Amino acid sequence: MAENKERIGVYVCHCGTNIAGVVDVEEVARWAKENLGDQGVVISKDYKFMCSSLGQDMIQADIQKEGLTRVVVAACSPHLHEKTFRVAAERAGLNPYLTELASIREQVSWVHKDKVVATEKSKAVVAGAVSRVVMHEPLEPIIVPIAEPTLVVGGGIAGIQAALEIANAGHPVYLVEREPSIGGHMAQFDKTFPTLDCSACILTPRMSEAGTHPNITLLTYAEVEQVDGFVGNFDVTIRQKARCVDTDACTGCGICEQKCPKKVIDDVFEVGLGYRKAIYTPFDQAVPKYPVIDRENCTYFEKGTCRVCEKFCPTDAINFEQEDEIIEINVGNIILATGYDLFDARRIPQYGYGRLANVFTSLEFERMTNAAGPTSGDILLRDGKTVPKSVGIIHCVGSRDRNYNNYCSAICCMQSLKFAHLVDERTSATVYNFYIDMRTPAKDYDEFYQRVLDEGTLFVRGKVAEVTDAARISGEEGKLIVQVEDTLAGKQRRIPLDMVILSAALEPRHDAYETAHKFGIACSANGWFTEKHPKLDPVATMTEGIFIAGAATGPKDIPASVSQGSAAAARVLSYIERGELALEPVRAMINQEQCSGCRICNDLCPYNAILFHEDQMVSEINQALCQGCGTCVAACPAGAITGTVFSDKQVFAQIDGLLFLEKSALVPEMA
Amino acid sequence: MSDKPKFAMYWAASCGGCEIAVLNIHEKILDVDANFDIAFWPVAMDAKYKDVEAMEDGSILLTLFNGGIRTEENEHLAKLLRKKSQILVAFGSCAVEGGNPGLANFSTKDQIFETVYSTVSTENPDGVYPQPSFEMPEGTITIPVFEPVLRTLDQVVDVDYYMPGCPPESHQIEAVIDLVIQVLEGKAELPPKGATIGVGPSTCCDECTRTRNVKKIKEFRRIQLVDDIDPDLCLLEQGILCVGPATASGCGAKCPTAGAPCIGCYGPAAGVVDFGARMMTAVASVIDSRDPDEIDRILDGIVDPAGTFYKFNLAHSLLRTGNATWNGK
Repeated sequence: MAENKERIGVYVCHCGTNIAGVVDVEEVARWAKENLGDQGVVISKDYKFMCSSLGQDMIQADIQKEGLTRVVVAACSPHLHEKTFRVAAERAGLNPYLTELASIREQVSWVHKDKVVATEKSKAVVAGAVSRVVMHEPLEPIIVPIAEPTLVVGGGIAGIQAALEIANAGHPVYLVEREPSIGGHMAQFDKTFPTLDCSACILTPRMSEAGTHPNITLLTYAEVEQVDGFVGNFDVTIRQKARCVDTDACTGCGICEQKCPKKVIDDVFEVGLGYRKAIYTPFDQAVPKYPVIDRENCTYFEKGTCRVCEKFCPTDAINFEQEDEIIEINVGNIILATGYDLFDARRIPQYGYGRLANVFTSLEFERMTNAAGPTSGDILLRDGKTVPKSVGIIHCVGSRDRNYNNYCSAICCMQSLKFAHLVDERTSATVYNFYIDMRTPAKDYDEFYQRVLDEGTLFVRGKVAEVTDAARISGEEGKLIVQVEDTLAGKQRRIPLDMVILSAALEPRHDAYETAHKFGIACSANGWFTEKHPKLDPVATMTEGIFIAGAATGPKDIPASVSQGSAAAARVLSYIERGELALEPVRAMINQEQCSGCRICNDLCPYNAILFHEDQMVSEINQALCQGCGTCVAACPAGAITGTVFSDKQVFAQIDGLLFLEKSALVPEMA
Repeated sequence: MSDKPKFAMYWAASCGGCEIAVLNIHEKILDVDANFDIAFWPVAMDAKYKDVEAMEDGSILLTLFNGGIRTEENEHLAKLLRKKSQILVAFGSCAVEGGNPGLANFSTKDQIFETVYSTVSTENPDGVYPQPSFEMPEGTITIPVFEPVLRTLDQVVDVDYYMPGCPPESHQIEAVIDLVIQVLEGKAELPPKGATIGVGPSTCCDECTRTRNVKKIKEFRRIQLVDDIDPDLCLLEQGILCVGPATASGCGAKCPTAGAPCIGCYGPAAGVVDFGARMMTAVASVIDSRDPDEIDRILDGIVDPAGTFYKFNLAHSLLRTGNATWNGK
């Protein structure tokens, strides 16, 4: 410290009364000036709002007039204004990375009530920042060019929307979907709430637009295998699964599907309620129109004979020898819109799904009400012919339940109301809704609730304990009995019904963690993809160039998914338009001499930035991929990895500074 | 005495292995004799403290000091030899970072005495505890005071070089002796003051011949309880807690090569500030589970975390297990 030649300016922000209400900011500024001179502090000031243009001007003027070489701003969290003050320093000709933001708001004034304690703690935090800022080194941003094409993963409504926005702006898009057709869950629905639009009617025009758009390369029945590279320059390896259909020759006439003798239960699109053939398109309006052969169930692949589809195909498009194809593309940005899985209602055995025939899941019911579905839109019991006289709809199945998922699945209330309306419209059945709380916050949603109330649907507020077929009293025989505490009436009720629909939770895709790891992004504890900022940057991730949209980020209805698809596209377009991107130079680096190649760090990087050189037995960090998170820095047992801005030297200096008051207090005692 | 430069070696709180290690350099010991006068080396030849006290300051060229500072006597000799030596080397793990005796810093002085003088295996019917001074008819007799914590040599005096190892390897000792002789002959220069000598730049893994893969640990196992160890695969990957990844290279990775996990005697690698903390974060990073209960179960497989991660370096760690502001008196 003795040889410190730095000239440091300390600026203490009042943040209105946010900080000044609890911390004596004038005292902190005065103290820093008087006591941290040895550390290089030459100026120390307080000001009402440091982030205002006048506050920034003050810092800039001091840098220029007083020749400040380092700046410490004691204000809010670096998350909020680190950038503001870096830019201010840069405008005054100082390298932006020679600044330090000391949080005396989030870490002091907001968490303390005692003014004396808070003021003393602020001094310690400022002293820590001063010690630390001395260790900073000037850094230059890393400039990367942005390749024009974009990869969109997931062909549901969010992915389709994103792909169309970018394609319509004139830029190439690869849209990858693992099922044979795009469309996602929306293609399975009959009506959408609250407008009761026909889902297919509003979705299929978008699907066919995406399918025929000159700027969109559609890769269905395909999955991303590997992602290398970084923002602006991702190398993506895609496995195009063999359709066994030559798409250049196929006209999509559908004769093969008609003639195929092998019927298979359709577990995906029809959620087990209907059949498809071994060569199939998932539904009539599928995009692309080309069918695929399900090799696990095709008679030819099982037994070596049949080839009926080949015989009848008018264009010789069937190709049993087709193999999976590996496609390699280079893209500048990636949007993940991989959607959700439905909660497996079998996990709640007391609701009887899978055991009691007439307990249905919400997605089964969606298919049942769909005019193109297995019952042609008729609402029938599992026997396929009986129309129910009474139907119960259970909300929050697997949501808002500490045994399964704590979160609210957001769409179930509205979906259940829609179901109630559809039952009312198509049968004369009595309809019950069993709900915990009714949540209808979006545009026209509560109006729809009122409408369903008016239609005579019965509402029971309470969590269903059990759905059973064990009759206890007359009138229950042959029925499903819903046991529920009616919390408004204050009593237990047993309600006999013909049909029960479970509004199952939306869950992250079963392979969401693997997907997140593949693309180098993070998942929340629940498994949803994590946003860069939940409020201010909901479609970006901590990995530059990887964006997220739709239900993959959390339960969402169609309008919200579409909005996110557009938002992600807008973010990507701004990168494409700029052509290049300046990345923060906050990075980790491995000292090659100290690295022994122990490989402890290899699998830890959330951004896949660590590369292991087998020949030299050392690991290396790709500077463009690294986001400076520090995971590997902490994990490296050899201390061979240094994080810029967070080096051991910087962190220990900060700790020393934080303990400055302690040490000065100890001096007289020790002397 | 001739006018050859003077050499000294002293044994403080340690086991004596370092002394044996110096003798274990075989015929090289003759080079020591040829180039140095042995001024003070209690384990090898008779000497009195008062002889050292009578020497001129700085008259000993090279002192290898092994052992931590646990008693007043250790401290006195550390300060004395510092004054009399031009080059003071903290020699071996105990002098460098506290070594095994430093693990006693987890216990207070009273707890240590309790264990040593009154537990089941001790025969002490009168409950006699050592007293620093005792009145006898013949006069007062004293023994050195047992200090509250064990300190490393550099926590007591200024140290020129650090040479870790429990004990330092013979070939490294030979290399250092050769270097000093070359310096005496004007053929080489000493490394910068404060340097760690007799070690490699990387970690134990660098010298280990076992194959290493990406690590995912599902279970920790104690090597003495298993018999299915793959002789060619990284021990850590097999759930054997080997601390080689955080340990400085230089020993030739003798233990892991022979089938036993590294215990960290060569001290922290160059970039490591706190050995135990480093190794713990590393191990925590590669536990292959997301389930908190399973993670707990896996970690329970580490039966002695303190003794495993701080086996040699507790006294020098950030934990400061003694009183942080305790300055000797």
